[in-house]
Amino acid sequence: MTLARDERIASDIGAYLDARERTSLLRFITCGSVDDGKSTLIGRLLYESQLVFEDHLAALEADSKRIGTQGGDLDFALLVDGLAAEREQGITIDVAHRFFTTEKRKFIVADTPGHEQYTRNMVTGASTADLAVILVDARKGVLTQTRRHSYLVSLLGIRKVVVAVNKLDLVGYSEDVFKRIESEYRAFAAEIRLTDIVCIPVSALRGDNIVAASSETPWYRGPTLLGHLEAVEVEGEARDRPFRMPVQWVNRPDHDFRGYCGTIVGGTVRTGQPVQVLPSGHHSRIARITTYDGDLDEAVVDQSVTLVLEDELDVSRGDVLCDVDRASQVADQFEARVIWMHEREMLPGRPYLMKIGPMTVGATLSRPKYKVNVNTLEHLAATTLELNEIGVCSLRLDQAVPFDPYDENRDMGGFIIIDRFTNATLGAGLLNFALRRADSVQRQSMDVDKGARAVLNGHRPCAIWFTGLSGAGKSTISNLVEKRLHALGAHTYLLDGDNVRLGLNSDLGFTAADRVENIRRVAEVTKLMVDAGLIVLVSFISPFAAERRFARELLEVGEFCEVFVDAPLDVVEARDPKGLYRKRRRGELVNLTGVDSPYEVPEHPEIRIDTVNVDPSVAAEMVVDQLRVMDVLP
Amino acid sequence: MRVGDGNDELVSPPVGAVAPRRLTHLQRLEAESIHIFREAVAESENPVMLYSIGKDSSVMLHLARKAFHPSIPPFPLLHVDTTWKFRAMYEFRDKVATELGMQLLVHQNPECLEQRINPFTHGSAVHTHMWKTEGLKQALDLHRFDVAFGGARRDEEKSRSKERIFSLRSAGHRWNPKLQRPELWRLYNVRRSQGETIRVFPLSNWTELGVWQYIYLEEIPVVPLYFAEERPVVERNGTLIMVDDERMPLEPGERPVERRIRFRTLGCYPLTGAIESEADTVQKIVQEMLLATTSERQGRVIDFDSSGSMEKKKQEGYF
Repeated sequence: MTLARDERIASDIGAYLDARERTSLLRFITCGSVDDGKSTLIGRLLYESQLVFEDHLAALEADSKRIGTQGGDLDFALLVDGLAAEREQGITIDVAHRFFTTEKRKFIVADTPGHEQYTRNMVTGASTADLAVILVDARKGVLTQTRRHSYLVSLLGIRKVVVAVNKLDLVGYSEDVFKRIESEYRAFAAEIRLTDIVCIPVSALRGDNIVAASSETPWYRGPTLLGHLEAVEVEGEARDRPFRMPVQWVNRPDHDFRGYCGTIVGGTVRTGQPVQVLPSGHHSRIARITTYDGDLDEAVVDQSVTLVLEDELDVSRGDVLCDVDRASQVADQFEARVIWMHEREMLPGRPYLMKIGPMTVGATLSRPKYKVNVNTLEHLAATTLELNEIGVCSLRLDQAVPFDPYDENRDMGGFIIIDRFTNATLGAGLLNFALRRADSVQRQSMDVDKGARAVLNGHRPCAIWFTGLSGAGKSTISNLVEKRLHALGAHTYLLDGDNVRLGLNSDLGFTAADRVENIRRVAEVTKLMVDAGLIVLVSFISPFAAERRFARELLEVGEFCEVFVDAPLDVVEARDPKGLYRKRRRGELVNLTGVDSPYEVPEHPEIRIDTVNVDPSVAAEMVVDQLRVMDVLP
Repeated sequence: MRVGDGNDELVSPPVGAVAPRRLTHLQRLEAESIHIFREAVAESENPVMLYSIGKDSSVMLHLARKAFHPSIPPFPLLHVDTTWKFRAMYEFRDKVATELGMQLLVHQNPECLEQRINPFTHGSAVHTHMWKTEGLKQALDLHRFDVAFGGARRDEEKSRSKERIFSLRSAGHRWNPKLQRPELWRLYNVRRSQGETIRVFPLSNWTELGVWQYIYLEEIPVVPLYFAEERPVVERNGTLIMVDDERMPLEPGERPVERRIRFRTLGCYPLTGAIESEADTVQKIVQEMLLATTSERQGRVIDFDSSGSMEKKKQEGYF
């Protein structure tokens, strides 16, 4: 085979190149652990497709003799391993990408290392794969991990699965063993909606049914692994789906041209075709499909194009152009499957960012309805999601976005969750459906508004947010501030941590998740009170920067005054007005902020009060002065 | 190719140019790169493309033009120069920038100029670190670029196989392995905190062969040094080094000889090994490569400094 190929290359490179240029691309993921022979399988595919060069091969031969596990024979696993060493260096490996090519196709393999962080890695690798190869050790059959891999493959919407029943040489190439594994797998796969399955008996080590049909398995008449990967059709389906193109960039080189750049993520688009712009709902037609290589009459899914509309509409990044008959939906509340990918747990109610397509919007997640045990597929009760956990949550956005359910379109229903502070990617999610509840709650606009109330009150409303450790002096100072404001004739209200926890928030405890919800509710109450025209004094430990920022962002600019009541831990421990630190030392209390629960120091508060050196009455005066600076008080 | 597989009549009748039944691998890679370019530009304030004049840079630039057509790519080109590139590379660089009407920024580390850093006196490691790694950081800081496109590919080297397409660099341009973000679907998190920057690699999923196929198909101009020609060389430690100018110190008795050579990769001429070859067209280069028996990076002296050297350079801020 090699020789024939080389002869064709040598004799007519032009014809060879022309044929190769038209080959398609298949992206697949391999699932299984090292014990299943995954590395050996990938190494074998690279080797068989002649991507292993002489210098690599020489190194491989030497390594095989030195550290190989195959008694001096070539150990293909050594071609792709090396992940262990990288792990020791502290490098996070989620997915390694391997490339190989045959006469018929180009392949990109997403190879995810097993064991820890498996869910995060596999989900990442599966998100771009057209197909999954699941390895099963013939001696062990369908294992817990096989079920886990298959569940994740199904979750991410991969419909085509190849089950490579490996190490068949070690069970004497037994047809019975193969058939038993196949039927067991098919029965299980049907439960998780995997139906397009091809089972292949192989030995990656010996090369049976990898490239050439094995003489050891005369009872098997199906394709070889590589033969199947070369022939399987994966793209047809997406082209028949409704047309979708999220706008990435508006192209305006001059006043005569206005084009919308994007990648088609569903269906086909033609010139003259009527389209709808979401979320605005405007209609138009496709005037031109522009590319660098000239205008097209038609473009299909996965092509990156620039569309020109017949009408002058206000279309911007994040809008979606779609079919008129089969349009996407627009919503701001959803049910979603969420996969958590960060060491810091998911906190229900915490304001996060969500990116879906080119859109980035504010988002909060509810407490999970349940989480899924990925090994047994059981539903378990949960209050939060930890790293590598998968759960179903409600999702609320601060503005409506166009979408399709993930199972209908990966690009229109897949999203990531981003931390507002660190900008880290914390998790990923799949939209199931829109929750219609939002539609019935119309926001009332009123004639008597905040401005009208401010005129009557003689001052502008605002929130003064006191944050700091327990015992730092928040209550003392906020009480003094309220007295002075009252004396000045201002309308005030003081929300105190302890008071609110006895009533509105009596259902909440002191876990990180509950602390987030506690502050979220207080922030919303504060917003209503500020709208009512009051100067609201909020005296809460409020340990997390994210929630303080959330509270700030609920209000308008100039309506939020953050006061950091600062005292070192040893000072507040000595003061201990509520006896909390003593209780903590006796072990009667856990989750005390500053001791075993974190306090994130404000980076840019309007005022920082050093309560070790500043008298409370002086501190109160500082706050009142600040309100004058902010033009809250006349 | 599976043409006559019976489904052709299901495809709607042609309107004019018919969309392909399925995209070729190059069409899919091209579309992916274009998507990456647009996403990075839409979410950055001050992007730049690192232009190294090599074939990968040529392909990357071609893809950038496709991504923003009919606009000119909305960012400048940055060449972090070492003053030791081949003369043919400088000529090619200036011609390309002029023809495309794009702004070309050239940065030469002033410290290196002052100390006359060169590979002969200072060795390849110091030379590369000072001119390229430090020079790149200087240039990025000087112009306050927040996103920089680079032409690295995942197939080049083992340590790159797991590199992200959007690679976050902390303040000081360090690559912190723990900060790297998972990349799902076509969704890239381009958000940066104060002082952070992002390197973006639109060619991540391309291969050496794919790059050459694409150059062939799209007729993308590349530096003539890739094509075989008679050139003056000396042989050192089994590596053919081209004597590109009079700065090259010759050892006693050493005389440059004319040989028919070409280069698989281009860098600083004293650090770049040539191969003897008859390939003087893109077709013949691909032919030679497909029949080749040694991997591409052998010609690059820089990788052989010490083991794990690429990983170390990356953490320091090299591409």
